[in-house]
Amino acid sequence: MTETAAPDYHQMWAELGLDLPTHDMLLQAVGGMYGDAYLTQPNRPEGTGYLDFVLSEVHGLRIKELDDFRKQGGKVVGTFCLYVPEEIVRAAGAWCVGLCAGAEFAYDQVEQIMPRNTCALIKSFMGFKLAKVCPYIESSDLVIGETTCDGKKKAYELLGDIHNVYVMELPQTKDAKALAFWRERVAELMAKVEELTGNKVTADSLRTAIKEVNDKRRALQRIAATFKADPVPMSGKDRLLATQIAFYDDVPRFTQMMNTLADELEARVARGEGVAPKGAKRVLVTGTPMAIPNWKLHDIIEKAGAVVVGEEMCTGSRYYQDLVSEDATTLDEMIDDIAEKYLDINCACFTPNQGRIDDVVRMAKDLGADGVIDYTLNFCGLYAMEQHSVEDAVKAAGLPVLRIETDYSMEDVGQLSTRVEAFLEML
Amino acid sequence: MRVLGLDIGSRSVDAVWLEGGRPLDAAVTDSGFDPQAAARTFVDRGEHDVIVATGYGRHAAREAFGCEVVTEIKAYALGASVLFPEAASVLDIGGQDTKVIALGPGGKVIDFEMNDKCAAGTGKFLEVMAKALGFDLEEMAAAALAADGSGIQISSMCTVFAESEVTGLVHRGADRAAVARGLHDSIAKRTLSSLKRVGATGPLVFAGGVAKNAAMVELVRTGFDGEVLVPEESQTVGALGAALSHGAGAHE
Repeated sequence: MTETAAPDYHQMWAELGLDLPTHDMLLQAVGGMYGDAYLTQPNRPEGTGYLDFVLSEVHGLRIKELDDFRKQGGKVVGTFCLYVPEEIVRAAGAWCVGLCAGAEFAYDQVEQIMPRNTCALIKSFMGFKLAKVCPYIESSDLVIGETTCDGKKKAYELLGDIHNVYVMELPQTKDAKALAFWRERVAELMAKVEELTGNKVTADSLRTAIKEVNDKRRALQRIAATFKADPVPMSGKDRLLATQIAFYDDVPRFTQMMNTLADELEARVARGEGVAPKGAKRVLVTGTPMAIPNWKLHDIIEKAGAVVVGEEMCTGSRYYQDLVSEDATTLDEMIDDIAEKYLDINCACFTPNQGRIDDVVRMAKDLGADGVIDYTLNFCGLYAMEQHSVEDAVKAAGLPVLRIETDYSMEDVGQLSTRVEAFLEML
Repeated sequence: MRVLGLDIGSRSVDAVWLEGGRPLDAAVTDSGFDPQAAARTFVDRGEHDVIVATGYGRHAAREAFGCEVVTEIKAYALGASVLFPEAASVLDIGGQDTKVIALGPGGKVIDFEMNDKCAAGTGKFLEVMAKALGFDLEEMAAAALAADGSGIQISSMCTVFAESEVTGLVHRGADRAAVARGLHDSIAKRTLSSLKRVGATGPLVFAGGVAKNAAMVELVRTGFDGEVLVPEESQTVGALGAALSHGAGAHE
């Protein structure tokens, strides 16, 4: 990272209503975790410098950009989930940002309003909100939730008491009736963001947004494809970070920087250059999403000498593997295409969800994985329930599986390391 | 070449000195509050050319002694299959964790399972329960073995909740031998289902400190479909495996 005098953002944070001393503490903790997990890695591609920079400014420069945008009348929309179509938000002239989670924060306050045995993702986002340390939610004119699980559904009611929240109802199956229902919800969302921004979504603005967001996905697909190579040209931890940052960053800039990174990775693959020795054990990770700064599992796996070759998760392939069709000419057709693409995402909240199981097996084969780690946050009933089917399918494909249930705390790192290392010894 | 295998666990530090694949000596000491210092007493004997560490303290040992490391899973698999070449699976109940391992040919790990971050059903769990019942460990095992198994069930496996449950039973006047039996039954049941999940078949090697508990051995023997073998030195199987792993997969 280049050492320049960091600008002081405290005034901006204060204006957003953040709790400054607590927020300072958070930034220091995240900085420490980042340094330990990321900056200790050898031979990182130059392009990861952008990831370092964005992460170092994740509550700084990016928030300043949102702030400037809002001061010019722009609207910012916060989301927690892949099912909220970014294209619609952008076509109405608003910006989409992912909201903070991924760390244990202010659980004491959260547990006053929610049960202790709620999943870490939900407790974490609520903790960030209650402790006033997430500048993204404080910059969000609207938070768009969805009904992907019971915990989130009810959590949005609680969040609705203290923030402007709109909830999209997601069906639980993927048949034609469900698609028709979902298409209506997408159209309603469009009306909602049009009302928020005062801008009408047009065929032109939506076409542009579809292309922009697809281009972001294409760049991430290019990066992901380089992990078929042995040795891998970059760490899995860095690929995870790139996907995490995709949720926050300016879309065209991020796309450009990720294409530059992909160029570099492709060149490394062509030269046979990598960040781990050829023949290093290769692991596919599947399961629940990993929000910044949750790098715990990847860090354990890669510090044990293996590489994570892919993530079948919301902060992974589910985010970028499918594109919205770019063939539509009318606004109505574009909305159809968006509804269809988003309903195609394979989340455990759907029944049945065979598509996810197929994806795991296909990715494990494509990426030459030696084994699969199925990662679930404690108390996420949906993904925990699917662990059995995932394990059966992966074992039937001839690969071993390690199931892990954990949270954002560090108290089980010793035990997790033992299990991961033993799993790697077994491969 | 003399290899010192160290198993640095939560309750004890175990050592085995090996030469040409044959154990020369073995020793066990309490981990205390400074397991690395306990390990150092074995290192300081200076009777080795190379060290391989396993157990929770393995990474700290690597920093302290510059030694090789191997996970407990691999160490137990190797140790058990050298002691009993016919072994097809391993159960290790240690101070704060339980491992079950399905073995393939040559002691290769086929599948394994470990308990999560809590000490449910482990040696530490038994210590806490013995204290709640006013027994020492051996008395508790003997009482459990003598009691009949039709009485009390303990539903909590969390150490903290189980302690409350046991305290509640004692206050209601339950026979403490029957409670001890209930505790052992519940651990055995949990262990047996874990063995089933990894597809463990007999002969099963039962190692670790808790293999010294006669009641646990008896209950696992009764419930397991296959032969159950208990090594004489059940506590040093991990240290033996660590020493054996030198040149066979231990990493620098």
